[in-house]
Amino acid sequence: MNDTLIEFKNIKKVFDDTVVVEDFNLEVKKGEFVTLLGPSGCGKTTMLRILGGFELPTEGTIMLDGKDISMLPPNKRPINTVFQKYALFPHLNVYDNVAFGLKLKGISKKEQDEKVKKALELVDLEGFEKRAIHTLSGGQQQRIAIARAVVNEPEVLLLDESLSALDYKMRKEMQVELKNMHKKLGITFIFVTHDQEEALTMSDKIVVMADGEIQQIGTPEEIYNEPKNLFVADFIGESNIFKGTMLGYHKVRFCGTEFDCVDDYAKDMVIDAIIRPEDIVITEESKGQFTGEVISCDFKGTFYIVVVQAGKNEIEIHSLNNYAIGSKVGMCIEPDNIHLIPYDSSINHYEGKVTVAKVEDKVHVEFDDFEVDIDPAILVPGAVMEDWEVTDAEGNSIDLFGRRVEASFIPSEADLTDDAEQGLIQGNIFSFIYVDDHYRYTVRSKSEEDYVVNDEDLWNQEDYVGVIIPEDKISYRLLEEKEDEE
Amino acid sequence: MKNRTLSRKQLAIPYAIFLLLFVVLPLLVVIYYGFTDKAGNVSFDNFINFFKNGKTIGTLVYSLAIALLTTIFSLLLAYPVALIIAKGAYSQKAKILMIFVLPMWINFTLRITALKEILTLIEGNLAHYQFFNTILCMVYDFLPFMIMPIYNSLTKLDNGLIEAASDLGANKFQVFVKVILPLSVPGIVSGVTMVFLPSMTNYVVLDMIYNSTYIMGSLIGSYFSAYDWNNGSVISIILLMIILGITMISNKYTDSEGKTEAVR
Repeated sequence: MNDTLIEFKNIKKVFDDTVVVEDFNLEVKKGEFVTLLGPSGCGKTTMLRILGGFELPTEGTIMLDGKDISMLPPNKRPINTVFQKYALFPHLNVYDNVAFGLKLKGISKKEQDEKVKKALELVDLEGFEKRAIHTLSGGQQQRIAIARAVVNEPEVLLLDESLSALDYKMRKEMQVELKNMHKKLGITFIFVTHDQEEALTMSDKIVVMADGEIQQIGTPEEIYNEPKNLFVADFIGESNIFKGTMLGYHKVRFCGTEFDCVDDYAKDMVIDAIIRPEDIVITEESKGQFTGEVISCDFKGTFYIVVVQAGKNEIEIHSLNNYAIGSKVGMCIEPDNIHLIPYDSSINHYEGKVTVAKVEDKVHVEFDDFEVDIDPAILVPGAVMEDWEVTDAEGNSIDLFGRRVEASFIPSEADLTDDAEQGLIQGNIFSFIYVDDHYRYTVRSKSEEDYVVNDEDLWNQEDYVGVIIPEDKISYRLLEEKEDEE
Repeated sequence: MKNRTLSRKQLAIPYAIFLLLFVVLPLLVVIYYGFTDKAGNVSFDNFINFFKNGKTIGTLVYSLAIALLTTIFSLLLAYPVALIIAKGAYSQKAKILMIFVLPMWINFTLRITALKEILTLIEGNLAHYQFFNTILCMVYDFLPFMIMPIYNSLTKLDNGLIEAASDLGANKFQVFVKVILPLSVPGIVSGVTMVFLPSMTNYVVLDMIYNSTYIMGSLIGSYFSAYDWNNGSVISIILLMIILGITMISNKYTDSEGKTEAVR
C-alpha cells in the first residue's frame, strides 16, 4: 500500500486569530482525482493554497512522496496550479506563457518547442503560439492556463475553481475534457469547487468541507447515498429531511408513518431521516405508505418536481409523470432509500460561570453571549438565596461563586427575531436546512458559539438576528467543580 | 438633446480661450522670435549660433548629464521603496507612502535651502563637490515624482501573477526579473518622464546653491533678462523638441498600460 502520494496531517490554519481550517487529515493516492467541495468560506481554497505553497500551515505537516514539504516555497514543489483567474502573464504571448516553467528549468529550445506544441495540442489550441493573451476568449485563456501548468509534468495539478468563470455549456465541455486529460496524463488532480454537480461528475474522491472542517470523505456515490450528516445531505443534491424516532429493529417513524429501514439504531432514539426526491415513488392514494395532496408540479426537462403536502410536511419528489395540483396521491419509500442520521443531541449546550450577584435573591451566571439571573433552587435543589447569601435545604451556607453552569435549550423552544437586541443572543445566520415543516437555523454569535433554532420563517444567510428563548425553557445544570484548576 | 450638445460646446469656451491665450499664443510668440533676428527679419542665424556656440552646446550636454544622472539615481532609490511599500505585508501602506511624499508639501525652495545648510555643515565649502551636490539636491527634489507612478503600477499588478510565476518554478529573483519588472515598465516610464524633463530645465536648484547659470533653464533666463528674445526663444524651441521626442517615445510604453493587469 505505498501508493499514497500526498498526506495531510492535522493541518490547521489561522488568519488573524480566525481559524479557517482545522483538523484537516487527508490521504491522496497517486493518480487520483480528488475534489475539495464546500460552500464559499469553508476553507477549501486555503487548503489548496497550503498545498501549493502560497500559504504556510499554522500547524500540521504535508507529506509528498514521503517527504515533508510543509515549509517549501512554491517553486520547490513538484506541483502546478491552474488559478481561478488564470493569472496568465499579459506581457508574454501564448508560447512564452506556456514555456515559462520550461525556460526556468533550462531545457533546450528544441525540447521546449516540442513540449509547448504537445501541451497546446492537449488543450486543442494548436497554432496559437504567437497570439497575445488579451486576444483570447475566456475559455481559451482557461485552456492556456491548463497547458502552462501541465507542460511542466507536475506530480500534482491543483485546480482552483478553474471552471467557475466559464458559461454553463463551456463548463460542461471542460469537465469532460479535464476528466479525459486526467486519464491521459495520469497525474494527481486536486480540484476545488463549490459546485456539487461538478464534483460528483469529475471526482474519484470528494472531500466535503464546511466551516474549516472536513465533513465527509468518500466516492461520489458514498457522498450522495450515505451522507454522514445533515450538512452533507443538504449540500449535495436535493433532500427531504424529517425528524423521527426509532420504533425498534429496522423500524422508524417519521411523517406520521411507520417505515421499514435498513439503518439500525437503538429504540426510541431521535433521528433525522434523509430521503432523496427521486427515491419517493408516487402511487395511487390507496396503495401508498402515506398520502398527501399535490401542491405544485413543475417541469424540469427530464422530470417533474412534484411537491406534496402530507400533514404539515412538504415533500419534494422527482417524478416522470405530471400530477394535477390538488390531486391526492400515495407515496412509497423503499427501505434502503431511507437514510438515517442520529439527531445531534449535543447542540445548544453552553458553559458559563457564576459571578457576583446582581439581585439579592438570584444567582448571576455569565455565559459567552448572555448573562442570566436564576433561582438557586434550579442549580441546587431546595437552595434559597436571601440577602445575597445562598443556603441549601438544610440551611447550610454554600458558595456558588466561580462554579461552572451548563445551560441548554431545545431548538424548537427558541425563536428568531429581526430586532436583534430583543433576543437573548445576537448573531448571524450561519446555515440552515429545511426539516419537516420548518427551517433549522444555525446562528453564530460574535464569540463563535453556534445556536440551533427552529423557525418557520425564511431568513437569509448572514442575516443579523436575535435568538429569543423564553426564560423557563432554558434548563440549567450545575457542573462538578474541577479538581485541579489551572 | 440638441440643447445639451450646445451647452457642452459653450462650456468648453472658457477652456478654449485659456488654451489659446496661455498655451498657443505664447508658443507662436516663441516660434516667431526663434525664427527672426533683432530687426524682425526671418532668419535661421539663431539656430546656427546655438550649435556654433561652445557655451550653449556645453550647457546642453551638462544639462542632459545632470538630468540623466538624476533620473538614474531617483529610479534606483525609488524602485525598491515603491516595491517594498506596494508588495510588502503592511496594513498601513498609504501612511508609509505619505512619509515619502510628505516633503512635496513643503515649498521646494525651502527644502533646497535646508539641504544646502546641511551640506554646508558637512562639507564646509560646497564648491568642493559641485556636481555631486547638484545631483543630490535634484534627486532629493524629484524622488517622490519617481516613487508615485512606480508604486501605482506595482499596486495594480495582480498578486496572482507573482504566485503563478513562483508556482511555475521561479525563485524570488526570477519572479522579479520576469514578471514584476516588465509589468511595471509603464510606471517606470512615467516616472522617468516626470523626473528627466523637469530636471533638465530646473535651474532654481543650481541657482540656489551656486548662483550658477550653467543649465538649460537658466540659459534661457539669462538671454531673456538681457532682452535677447531671439536666442532665448531658440533654446526654448530646441528644448521643446527634445521634450516632444521623449514624450513620444514614452507614450509608446504607457499606451500599453491597459494590458498590464492580469488577464482574467
